[in-house]
Amino acid sequence: MAERTIGTDISPPDLHAKITGRARYAEDFHAEGMAFAKLLLSPMPHARVRSVDTSRAEAMEGVLGILRASELPRPEQGTREGALSDEPLYEGAPILAVAAVDETTAAAAVEAIRVDLEPLPFVLDPLDSLREGGPNARTDGNVPGEDGPTSLKWPDSVFDEAGPDRLPMGEPTAEWAIGDVDAAFAEADVIVEETIVHQSVTHHPMEPRSCMAYWQNGKLFLHGSTQSTERTRGPVAAMAGIDVEDVVMIGEYCGGGFGSKIAGVPIMAVPAVLSRKIGRPVMLRITRYEENYIGRARAGFQGWAKIGFRSDGRMTALDLYLVQDSGAYGASDFFTAGTVATASYQPENMRFRGVPVYTNTPPRSAQRAPGGAQIVAMLEPVVDKAARELGVDRLEIRKVNAPGHDGWLGPNQGPFTSAYVREALDLGGELFEWEGRSQLSGRREGTRVTGVGMGLSPFTAGSNGRDGLLVIRPDGKLHVHQGIGNLGTHSIADTARAASDVLDLDWDDVVVVWGDTSKHLPFSTVQAGSQTTHAHTRANHAAGEAMVGLLQELAALELGGSATDYRVADGRVFRAGNRAAGLSFAQAAERAIARGGKFSGGEIPEDLHDVTKGAVAGLAGEGLIAAAKDNYGQPGAVFTWVATFAQVELDVETGEVEIVDLASATDCGTVIHPRSLAAQTNGGVFQGIGMAKSQRWVFDPQWGIPFTKRFYTARPPGILDVPLSPRFAAVNEPDPHTPVGAKGIGEPPVGAGEAAYACAVADAMGGLCLCRTPLTSDMILAELEGRPRPYGLLDTHV
Amino acid sequence: MLDAEIIQSRRGGFTRRKFIKGVIAAGATASAAGYLFRSSGVLAPMLSAQGAVERLVTLNVNGQQRRVDVPKHETLAMTLRYQLGLTGTKLGCDRAECGACTVLLDGVTHYGCSILTHTVRGREVTTIEGLEDDGVLHPVQQAVIDEGGFQCAFCAPGFVMSMVGMLDKNPAPTREEAAVLLSGNLCRCGDYDKILNTAMRAAELSRSRA
Ligand code: FES
Ligand code: FES
Repeated sequence: MAERTIGTDISPPDLHAKITGRARYAEDFHAEGMAFAKLLLSPMPHARVRSVDTSRAEAMEGVLGILRASELPRPEQGTREGALSDEPLYEGAPILAVAAVDETTAAAAVEAIRVDLEPLPFVLDPLDSLREGGPNARTDGNVPGEDGPTSLKWPDSVFDEAGPDRLPMGEPTAEWAIGDVDAAFAEADVIVEETIVHQSVTHHPMEPRSCMAYWQNGKLFLHGSTQSTERTRGPVAAMAGIDVEDVVMIGEYCGGGFGSKIAGVPIMAVPAVLSRKIGRPVMLRITRYEENYIGRARAGFQGWAKIGFRSDGRMTALDLYLVQDSGAYGASDFFTAGTVATASYQPENMRFRGVPVYTNTPPRSAQRAPGGAQIVAMLEPVVDKAARELGVDRLEIRKVNAPGHDGWLGPNQGPFTSAYVREALDLGGELFEWEGRSQLSGRREGTRVTGVGMGLSPFTAGSNGRDGLLVIRPDGKLHVHQGIGNLGTHSIADTARAASDVLDLDWDDVVVVWGDTSKHLPFSTVQAGSQTTHAHTRANHAAGEAMVGLLQELAALELGGSATDYRVADGRVFRAGNRAAGLSFAQAAERAIARGGKFSGGEIPEDLHDVTKGAVAGLAGEGLIAAAKDNYGQPGAVFTWVATFAQVELDVETGEVEIVDLASATDCGTVIHPRSLAAQTNGGVFQGIGMAKSQRWVFDPQWGIPFTKRFYTARPPGILDVPLSPRFAAVNEPDPHTPVGAKGIGEPPVGAGEAAYACAVADAMGGLCLCRTPLTSDMILAELEGRPRPYGLLDTHV
Repeated sequence: MLDAEIIQSRRGGFTRRKFIKGVIAAGATASAAGYLFRSSGVLAPMLSAQGAVERLVTLNVNGQQRRVDVPKHETLAMTLRYQLGLTGTKLGCDRAECGACTVLLDGVTHYGCSILTHTVRGREVTTIEGLEDDGVLHPVQQAVIDEGGFQCAFCAPGFVMSMVGMLDKNPAPTREEAAVLLSGNLCRCGDYDKILNTAMRAAELSRSRA
């Protein structure tokens, strides 16, 4: 018997390349005759291009071509963002691109271009836009409507009534309710109410979204940084205005995405179209500075919550209002936030209201737990406040409200596939020694005051219906074809383990094929929503079972008897009880090729996606081929929960906060790769802490221009900002509705870390919740010293 | 809309002001800042005005003598990546903020993005590609394999070089010391726990190989 690989640590197969410099990320591919492109970015937050004079640039030696927005096959339309725009909607929006023989020339040419811009009204703060007479970020409106953007204004009375410190709550664009919150508030033992601001944050993966493209025989070859290889092909084809079959997408390594590179990125259109125009390969290198503009960001919220509790800590009513800063093109975080709140607290009654408002700030996209991280970080400190008033332990109040397996999600109150939430809370509590640690709260040593806190964070963690594709080649190895991307989660390897375990195969005999759509990749999920681990352990499990069936059938045909007489293990198919009577995988591959038909890709299961059918056809005759669709079914929402516990020390003289200890526990189903799981959890927790502590957006309100464009002004956590040895544990109970039992992990740690930090800081301040992110030292200090706040309670971008 | 009134409201009410009427932007405000390099002589007059003529220099990279033409303003990271084909050195920020470009000069860590190529003549440049010894991984590289280090690994070459430089200075660092010595590198995936495990393992391997 081969050793089961699920649940063990492996060294990912791409690691050697990553640490010898052989791994090639997008900017590492260079082509013969490659030109370089530079972007001209808008110097204004909202403007219309009246005219462009490129004559001086075109006269420069070495300039090869200029690309305007109008030349894009799929130009900007409504809220659909284009790679280039003649109506830039934020400072830094790309207006045009220049290609030249080298980058210095391209940059000089950009400088030589004169753009005549008509400035248009702009807005940075959603609430400004909702006022009567307030500016709209877009010429077609400030909020999404039925058929595109529309204008929404609230009467002055809404703002006057709210005053400066409470969220004004006019007519929302979205709302839903469960039960009757007003009746529940009337009965509640404790009611807490807060206005809360959560900032917008740029993703800033380490690898900027640089990309290189060239054309050969009518086909576009695009080297780019993407979270999902196979699923990026379609968007790239649309950008270039060609058939999907004519795109070869190469994305072997992705230097981080966090939601900002889900299925490619809009800017890929520039090298793709420009290289066709000038007839040469084009490299577009994106700088860190540009990444701040076009690199996507999490949507911020201005929110209000009123929460009612029974004396035992049970949440009887949650009334939530969120105004979302959507950037110029929109975001749906706010709606998700309402749903995620139910997965934390199962409120007996709930009302959700929200308005997403366009602003002239960089475009938003999903960022690790979009909506989820924000709402968890916003509500957890408020729940703590109630726990204090109720005299209920803070861990206990979360356990009282957490869903069990009979829990429900969102306005439709649908079921979960599994929910070991209390188990995760208990496990984390033990790991952190919550009982003892929570006694340290408020301890003062010199100028340092201890705070402890915790955050519970749920997020979606799976999907179904994707395809798996396996080939046993004459080399005797199992080749697992993966359409998913390689963004650092190790899932290209880890989801392949489902197939190798079904085949009872040694992990050394598995070859993972990924990263290049010319290598025949199956239809896959986008690597977003923490779906991959769940979706592709399922797909590869299904393909593994299909492969076992084919091996048994093949053996029976070759060696006699019936298929059920045969077993598969250790790279052989053999008669039960007699290992010698059988075929090695290498022999099986050869016989499969000789027989053809269903054994070697000649017959293709009907229910496969067209993409997979194409991949199988492309591989036909190369070995024993099994492809299958995940038809396992999924009777509920797949969710993962992470509970993070933090101990901090707040220096009351400087307002600085040091994180002394962190411990996290999760219910993400069966653990596939313990070391990688812990790393992803800790990394997500750190990203959450970055949002709560050090990363920030600050704009010049007069000109709409960001000040915080680089790491030194908005720094993500460094190695000295986090504890030396964060701790981690997993419940490790299989989800009963998926064959491998595993759920995703990517997203929930972010909100858990952010909330644990916010709660611990509030705890160090004697339970005082500042109810905003980031919590900078100057804010904390002003509060501690009773000085006037350097910001308004509703201000964003401070 | 030419004379559109831009409305600015801050907390405490509105202030209204006239926006500048019609603006000609020459793309200078927010355009070409960032990485630049050149591979042809087309801008010779302009570049020489900036004192940036190319000159042939000999570099010692990973133990080999390499002759390259470099303009005065070219950074080492760009020369390595675009002239010598050594793309293992990454650019994460190009402005001394992240350490993805870390290389060794005479055994000491430097940000390759922030040092000019012509200034490293006569010095020993070591990049991630130069760490293997006859196909045998450097102890730091082996430690990464042993510990399953890094997630996206875009920061990895920089961290690995920093660890090599660190062990040269301090062959037996504590976890705390290692964190300080590696604090010039940023990992956006937040893989710091495994990075420190790797550093500890690397120190152990280096000692046992020595
Ligand atoms: S690329 Fe040199 S420090 Fe970031
Ligand atoms: S592993 Fe992704 S930046 Fe370090």
